[in-house]
Amino acid sequence: MGLALGVVAAAGLSLLVGIQPVTPADVVLALTAPAGRPADAVVLYLRVPRTAAGLLAGAGLGLAGAVAQGLTRNPLAGPEVLGVNGGAAFAGLVAMALVGVGPLGGYVWFCFAGAALALGAVLAIASAGRDGATPVKIAMAGAAVSALLFSLTSAIVLRDHDLFERFRFWLVGSLTRADLPIVLQAVPFLAAGTVLALALARPLDAAALGDDTARSLGARPALLRGSAIAAVVVLAGTATAVAGPVGFVGLVVPHAARALAGPAHVRVLPLSALLGALVLLLADVVGRVVLRPEEVQVGVTAAVLGAPVFLYLLRRRRVGDL
Amino acid sequence: MTATLRAGRVSVRVEPASVLLGAAAWTAAVAVALHAVTVGDYPMPLSTVLDTLAGHGTLLTYDVVVRNRLPRALVALLVGAALGSAGMVLQRIARNALVSPDVIGVGAGASAGAVVVIVVAGAGATAVAAGALTGAVVASATVYAVAARGGAHRLVLVGIGVTALANAAASFLLTRSDRYAAEQAATWLVGDVAGRSWPDVLTVAAGLAIGAPVVLLLTRHLRLLELGDDLARALDGRIGTARAALVAAAVTLTALATAAAGPIAFVALVAPQIVRRVLTPRSAGVLPAAGVGALVVVSADLAARRLFSPDELPAGVLTAAVGAPVLLYLLVQVSRRSG
Repeated sequence: MGLALGVVAAAGLSLLVGIQPVTPADVVLALTAPAGRPADAVVLYLRVPRTAAGLLAGAGLGLAGAVAQGLTRNPLAGPEVLGVNGGAAFAGLVAMALVGVGPLGGYVWFCFAGAALALGAVLAIASAGRDGATPVKIAMAGAAVSALLFSLTSAIVLRDHDLFERFRFWLVGSLTRADLPIVLQAVPFLAAGTVLALALARPLDAAALGDDTARSLGARPALLRGSAIAAVVVLAGTATAVAGPVGFVGLVVPHAARALAGPAHVRVLPLSALLGALVLLLADVVGRVVLRPEEVQVGVTAAVLGAPVFLYLLRRRRVGDL
Repeated sequence: MTATLRAGRVSVRVEPASVLLGAAAWTAAVAVALHAVTVGDYPMPLSTVLDTLAGHGTLLTYDVVVRNRLPRALVALLVGAALGSAGMVLQRIARNALVSPDVIGVGAGASAGAVVVIVVAGAGATAVAAGALTGAVVASATVYAVAARGGAHRLVLVGIGVTALANAAASFLLTRSDRYAAEQAATWLVGDVAGRSWPDVLTVAAGLAIGAPVVLLLTRHLRLLELGDDLARALDGRIGTARAALVAAAVTLTALATAAAGPIAFVALVAPQIVRRVLTPRSAGVLPAAGVGALVVVSADLAARRLFSPDELPAGVLTAAVGAPVLLYLLVQVSRRSG
């Protein structure tokens, strides 16, 4: 409950803070009785889409991370570590830049396909070998796939000056490009992913006991794996389509959720969605104020805030426990 | 098979297989580089190239050969050699095929440092090299501080985290700089030898001048270090100094190679592996790794120039496309052996 209020407060902050000064009264007026004032335009065309995009992408990433970590029983399995964000960004770029697919409804399918291919490759490679998909192997496989995708993405963008200029912010992870039609188109995809993910809460708990025990409890591991992968692909793919490849939110947020609520997925999943939205919004607000009047992209602030947490997680655990 | 050469009190162990592979790799690398100097928009027979180098060329051939193609070929050769030997040293010290400078964050640190200089100061080769060196030292110190005890796996994981941080810093600068500097830095971040000039040759040559003697002098300690910390210390109490010097040399080699050509992906990982698979792992020396590294980069650059003409790809795209699958293959292999 407190957390939900926190998200609302962060959203309010996101509406207020920025280069153009806006007062709370301006926001209320713009939302209730827009009359073409300058502040109305700022609120309605810049701040509201941006805040909505942050809410959606953050919730999607947090939820995707919680499902991925639950599925792989791997504390390091954020969507970015699994190559999902990189795959979605690469395919989305190809769709927008080369195929010429315009609105989100078109290129989001490419993002899904890219995310699915990258995730499939990482999981397949990490599972090969006798010891199965250990955290270290998943992280390594994800890093290799991400490095490859980064090279290919750069190769495409650098061929063409205009392409580079159009996508250099999106490719860092940014909410500034968001406009309301795109955000609204993302809602159904994200809703579908959220429903699917929340439905997996109990099966994920059962799976935590191991495949055999889970089977004897009536769970079907193959079905769970398939639906969990689908949920991660849809959630992280949509988030990437909206905000570009933002890292570390999906990795770090589920840890905070588990610390707050214990290991049960019934609570971890919704909490991760809320925390993800909160963290991404706050990271975006921080990026707007630290270097005024210039902006730091949310992908950068998320990494700067998130990478130390990642290193802390590594330092705290023994590698044998991972 | 090992032969020992003695001259008074100094003795050098020479492995014929290692020497043979090293010589073959270097010959092939130089041959490819010479070929690369002859081809392009303005093809030129080798005799003209050699005449030009001897000082008998026209203004045009001088421009093409001495100012364009030769520095590019030399940067490719030297960067490959630097990355190959740095990778070999780190992999053998860590006793893990996955621990190469680009995997454990040293390459990304060097890149971030160099991008800071390119974007903020727009400065020349020396300043970029200093930035790369600083970045590489900071990154490796961070990795060491977080992962000091915990083995190769923790090293790799911490390297991934440090890489992400360094990449965030670099992308941050890319978004804040003007379009021209951003594009320059972005091209550079992929790793490329196109358009390199003599200052870049000097940068990587300086890296080799500092790093190579250390590595060559201390190569024999690698064998001892591969036995593991305790045994190595029992056999030679001063082994810690040798290891620190070797790591410092590897960081320097990586940093200055990165300053000259950008972080050309996976060369440091792949070159030593090729050597260790062709030779038996124990006898794999540093010189063959350097030769194979040089061969990999000149070949990648030539292929990136010719295969997609009239477009040119950065060499780093090609090495990533080839290197990422190799890394994944190694990952599976390593876990097979230990599992």
